[in-house]
Amino acid sequence: MAILEVEKLTKTFGGLTANKEISLQAEANKITAVIGPNGAGKTTFFNMITGVYKPTSGSIKLRGESIGGLKPHTVAKKGISRTFQNIRLFGPITVLENVLVGMHTHLKAGIFGTIFHLPGVDREERIAEREAYRLLEYVGLEEHYNDEAASLSYGSQRRLEIARALATKPSVLLLDEPAAGMNPKETADLTGLIQKIKQEMDMTIILIEHDMKLVMEISDYIYVLDHGELIAEGLPAQIRHDKKVIEAYLGKGAAEEQEAEG
Amino acid sequence: MTQVWDTLPQVLIDGLTLGAIYAIIALGYTMVYGILELINFAHGEIFMAGAFIGTAVLIGLTGLGWVAVMPAIFVLLIVLVITGGLTGMLGMGIERLAYRPLRKASKLITLITAIGVSFLLQDIVRFITETQQNNYIVNTPSLFPGSLSVSGLNIRYSFLVVIIVAILMMIALEFFVNRTKWGLAMRAVAQDQDTASLMSVNVNKVISVTFFVGSALGGATGVLFAIHYGTIDPYIGFILGLKAFTAAVLGGIGNIRGAMAGGMLLGLLEMFAAANLSAITAGLLSSEYKDVFAFAILILVLIFRPEGLFGRAAIEKV
Repeated sequence: MAILEVEKLTKTFGGLTANKEISLQAEANKITAVIGPNGAGKTTFFNMITGVYKPTSGSIKLRGESIGGLKPHTVAKKGISRTFQNIRLFGPITVLENVLVGMHTHLKAGIFGTIFHLPGVDREERIAEREAYRLLEYVGLEEHYNDEAASLSYGSQRRLEIARALATKPSVLLLDEPAAGMNPKETADLTGLIQKIKQEMDMTIILIEHDMKLVMEISDYIYVLDHGELIAEGLPAQIRHDKKVIEAYLGKGAAEEQEAEG
Repeated sequence: MTQVWDTLPQVLIDGLTLGAIYAIIALGYTMVYGILELINFAHGEIFMAGAFIGTAVLIGLTGLGWVAVMPAIFVLLIVLVITGGLTGMLGMGIERLAYRPLRKASKLITLITAIGVSFLLQDIVRFITETQQNNYIVNTPSLFPGSLSVSGLNIRYSFLVVIIVAILMMIALEFFVNRTKWGLAMRAVAQDQDTASLMSVNVNKVISVTFFVGSALGGATGVLFAIHYGTIDPYIGFILGLKAFTAAVLGGIGNIRGAMAGGMLLGLLEMFAAANLSAITAGLLSSEYKDVFAFAILILVLIFRPEGLFGRAAIEKV
């Protein structure tokens, strides 16, 4: 069953078409990858799904409900969360607090309850802190809970972004190049973490990634973008040998060469 | 030199009172700047409006006969809560009507709008006051008359009230910012609005909350000012706002604890100057030059430590 259905999504910036009629279906509890060369429009695609950009045309449906053009915080509340290609943590606040920000919408305390310190508000904060700590344990960062987020190593910052995204209690998790800049060991750990999240949390994951080994290893289904258009989709085994895909990545010559060899 | 020592205790008392007032107004500047990078020049007028609303409430309560029968501290609490609520909503309303439509405009346009809102508030308050009484200068009924005399030192009761209430407000704000979900959301939005909103934080609501809290504190400070100094007019917010802004810059604009420290420091320095300038300069400069002193400090800080005494050197966002 598809949780997220994207139909003919288009985004133009002035005369530039960043995404052209892209359709995608993310199946529940599966990892769907979106790949493509730099500048193919992958992040633009994520930005439309999460409400950062308003689609020029097309529809986005989460469990049948249209979410296209909603504000980012509303989309997040409805259950889509994300990480960022260039890490965007709240640097000077602590690791635990970064996760707590993600819980914002799930804490009931209103502003007046908070100002007048109504009973229940305090208890709720304590529960939230415990929950945030558990998420840190889940991604393996509990030792650093009181450190400034900016002080974490690169790989840990990426993990923290995932913990923060999970804190919004999403049903769909978008990961934008989670392995970028990681060494092979960190990438292997990350692969394990993504699979664990999928299995243990029943998560639907959409992944943008350049690391082909990672993509082929964990994706259930792959969409390929090039120059803002969908050029192929299919199972990892199909994508691996798709002529158009090889062409997009390595150029026309490479595709012909491989055909001659194969 | 002896004069400096002799006047020091009184300088401390007056300086702390004034400093506490600067500090809380500075908080309003610094919180809004932290989130919107806007210098909300109307904030001084929120303080002024608080002084007037508080005075009106106090006169109203006196008319009802409440002041005569209730303990003064209880009356003060009522006045503070009503005034804080009203000025909080005033600040929130100003943001909604005047600043939010300009969110994407250049900073300069919003800044000038803020100055416009200042003038508007001054004249509205003056107009209302003049329709109530023929003069726009108002005397606030004194709620805590009398003073303590400790070894030749004159400590007015209202001084104690100002200091205690101010410190309580600062502690409450510290708690609010560092220990509650709305404070955390404020810090997150100040860091990165877009990311905060992707993490389910409603940025507009957080901005409204920031204006509410900053303005409520500013208005409550107006009440403290009116009760302590006794005379208010619609223009008190201008110079006081400027000095509180100086205090915020002194402490590092955007930095909440810096604003508190900067306010206290500026109040003390100013009162020190008022008491001793003429003695130090052998009569060349009279105490009237205390404002020159305050703003000279601002200029020096901006030249030598533009990030403020307690601020971190700003890393340009790219």
